[in-house]
Amino acid sequence: MTVTDSSSGTDRSDAASVALGARVGAAQPGQRTLVGYLFMPVLLLAVLATLYFYGQSRTYSSGEQRRLNADVIQTETWEHIKLTVVSTVFVLLIAIPVGVLLTRSFARYITPPILAVFNIGQAMPSIGVVALLAIVFSIGFKYAVIALVVYTVIPVLRNTMVGLRQVDATVIEAARGMGMTKRAVLVRIELPLAVPIIMAGVRTALTINVGTATLGTFIGAGGLGGLIVAGFVQNKQFITVVGAILVASLALLIDYLAAIAEEQLRPRGI
Amino acid sequence: MSDRSDTTTAEPEIEIELDNLTKRFAGQRELAVDNLSMRIPKGEIVILVGPSGCGKTTTMKMINRIIEPSSGRILLGGEDVTKVNPDHLRRRMGYVIQQIGLFPHHTIASNIATVPRMLGWDKHKISSRIDELLEMVGMDPGQYRDRYPKELSGGQRQRVGVARAMSADPDVMLMDEPFGAIDPITRDRLQNEFLRLQEQIKKTIIFVTHDIDEAIKMGDRIAILKDQSKIAQFDTPESILVNPADDFVADFIGRGASLKRLSLSRVRDVELHEWPTASAGTSVEDVRRILDASDKSAVLILDDRRRPVCWVNNDHLRRAGDRAVSEIGLPPDAVVQPNATLSDTLNEMITARYSTAIVVDADRAYRGIVDIDTINESVQSMREAERGRLRAEAPHPAADHDGAGLP
Repeated sequence: MTVTDSSSGTDRSDAASVALGARVGAAQPGQRTLVGYLFMPVLLLAVLATLYFYGQSRTYSSGEQRRLNADVIQTETWEHIKLTVVSTVFVLLIAIPVGVLLTRSFARYITPPILAVFNIGQAMPSIGVVALLAIVFSIGFKYAVIALVVYTVIPVLRNTMVGLRQVDATVIEAARGMGMTKRAVLVRIELPLAVPIIMAGVRTALTINVGTATLGTFIGAGGLGGLIVAGFVQNKQFITVVGAILVASLALLIDYLAAIAEEQLRPRGI
Repeated sequence: MSDRSDTTTAEPEIEIELDNLTKRFAGQRELAVDNLSMRIPKGEIVILVGPSGCGKTTTMKMINRIIEPSSGRILLGGEDVTKVNPDHLRRRMGYVIQQIGLFPHHTIASNIATVPRMLGWDKHKISSRIDELLEMVGMDPGQYRDRYPKELSGGQRQRVGVARAMSADPDVMLMDEPFGAIDPITRDRLQNEFLRLQEQIKKTIIFVTHDIDEAIKMGDRIAILKDQSKIAQFDTPESILVNPADDFVADFIGRGASLKRLSLSRVRDVELHEWPTASAGTSVEDVRRILDASDKSAVLILDDRRRPVCWVNNDHLRRAGDRAVSEIGLPPDAVVQPNATLSDTLNEMITARYSTAIVVDADRAYRGIVDIDTINESVQSMREAERGRLRAEAPHPAADHDGAGLP
C-alpha cells in the first residue's frame, strides 16, 4: 500500500522553473526588505504614543483613574498575552498530532466523525462556549484557555490536514521507494512541506485567540476585555477606546510576529 | 573508497527472479497480476511493455514491495526477499519514477545523498559521491549541487533523479517510465546518455514503458505483457521484431517493423566513411585545393579540438571574400554520437535535410560520416539476415512463451 492519491501531482513547479538562469534561491519571494520589517512596529508605536500623549493631556475622574493606570494596563495586557499564547500552545499540541494521525492511511474511516466533533466547537459562538464552560465547570484562567482551545483548534487542525495532503504523492512515493521509513517520510518530507500551510493556520488561530481572549474577563480570567467592559459599565467611553486600541495593537503585533515566523520556517526551495 | 561506491568496477551484479507472483487488490475480482514468473539476467535492461492497465507497473512495484505481492516470491541473486524488511530492501534498489519525485525542499546534493545518509556513510564519502554522480549524468557539480529542484529544467531533474537512484550504487534499478514526461528531443538525448552509462555500470534494470519504440531502443530483452501481466513474448528486441509470437505482439509492435529495426543498429556498428576535412585556420585557397582533390562536394571545417564548425562547398569559397573559412558555409547539423541508433541518425538527416550525418565522440570531436546509403545497406542486410533465419527455423511453436522465463 502506498499513500497515494494519484491525480495530484506531476510537475507542479515545471512551468515556474523552465526559464531559470539566475539563482532563484537568493531572493525568495516573501523575504522582506528592511522597510517591510519596520513598517508594522513603527505604525503600532506611533498609534500607542499618540494614545499615551493624548491620555496625558486629559483630566480623569476617579473611576477612570482606577482603571487607566500603568498597573492595571500592564496586568491586563500581560493576562491577555498569557491567555493567547497558552491557548495557542495547547492548540498546536492538540491540532498538529491529531492532524498527522487523521491523515495517515489507517485513519481514513475515523477521520470524518472526529472532524465533526471538532467542528462543533467552532460552530458554537465563542461567548457561548465561554459561558457554558463557566456554568458547567468553574471560572478562572484555566477555563478561559479551554474555551479558546475548543474554539480555535479546528483551523489549525484543518490546515495541518490540508498541508499534509497537498504534499505531492509522487514525492512521497519516491521517498518510500528509496527505503525511507514512514516516520522519516513524515518528519523529513511531509511536515516540512506542510509548514507554510500549517503556519497559516497557526496565524489564524493566534488572531482569533487575541480577539476572543477579550471574553476572558467574563469568567474571571482577566485580559484587556476588562478595560472594554469597564468602559461600558461606567459609561466612560475613553476607557473602552483605550482597551480596544490595546487589543487591536496586540492583535496586529502578534500577527506580525507570526508572519515573520512563517517566513523563517518556510523551507527553502518551495 | 569501498567497492560498493565505485561504479566503474561494479562487479556484484545480481539477477532477479520472479516466482509465481500474483497480486489481487482488495475489492477487485480480477487479478492485477496473475502468476507471473520470469528471470531478469544480471547486468541487462529488461523492459516490461504493454498496453495501459496490463499490470506492468504493479509488477515492477512488487519487486521493491511498494505493492506487496498477494503470493509468490521475489529472489534477488538467489536470496528470497519477499519477507525481508521492505525499507532495507529498497535501499538496495534504485528507483526512478516518471514524475521523478525530487524533494523540493532539499538541494540537489541533499536529494542525491538521501540513501547514502540512511546507510550511514560518512560526510566526505557522500560529498565525493555526489560530485561523481553529477559528473556522471553530465551536470557540473559546482553549478548544481546547491540548487533546488525548481531551479532545474525537466531534463535536468530527470538526470538528478537517475543520479539519486544510483547514489548508493545499487545492483538493481527499477525505472517506471523514467523518460515519459520529457519532450521528445530531450528524451532521446537522455536515453542515449543512459545507454552509454549502462555500458559502464552494468546494472540489472527493470524498465517499464508503454512505448514500444523506447522498449526496442533501450531493452536488452523485452517482455511484452498482456492483461494481468501475462507474458505474450519475452525475448530480445531483434527476435520480437523479426518473429512476433502471436497477433497480440504483432499488433503491439505495429506497422513499420522494418523501420523499427533501424532502432536496433547503432552508428558504431556500421562502417564510418571518411570525409575531406580542414581545420578552421586553413586559408580559403588551401580548402579549395582539398575540395578539388576529393570527389566530394564540400569540406568539413573543424575547430582546434576537431569539433565540426561548418560545411564549405565551392559556392561558399567563391563568395568567401576575405572572411575565414570558419565564418562561411552551412551549419554542421545532423550530428550524432556512436551510440545513436540508425533510426535517430536517419531522423537527424531528414530534419537537417542533409544526406549525411557527422559522427562525433563524447567530446564532440569528429570521427567520420554516415550517409544515407550506409543506412540503406544496413536495412537490406537485416532483411536478408531475417529471411535466412526464418528459412532456417521451423515455424515458431506458439506454446513456448507462456511465462517460463528464458529458454
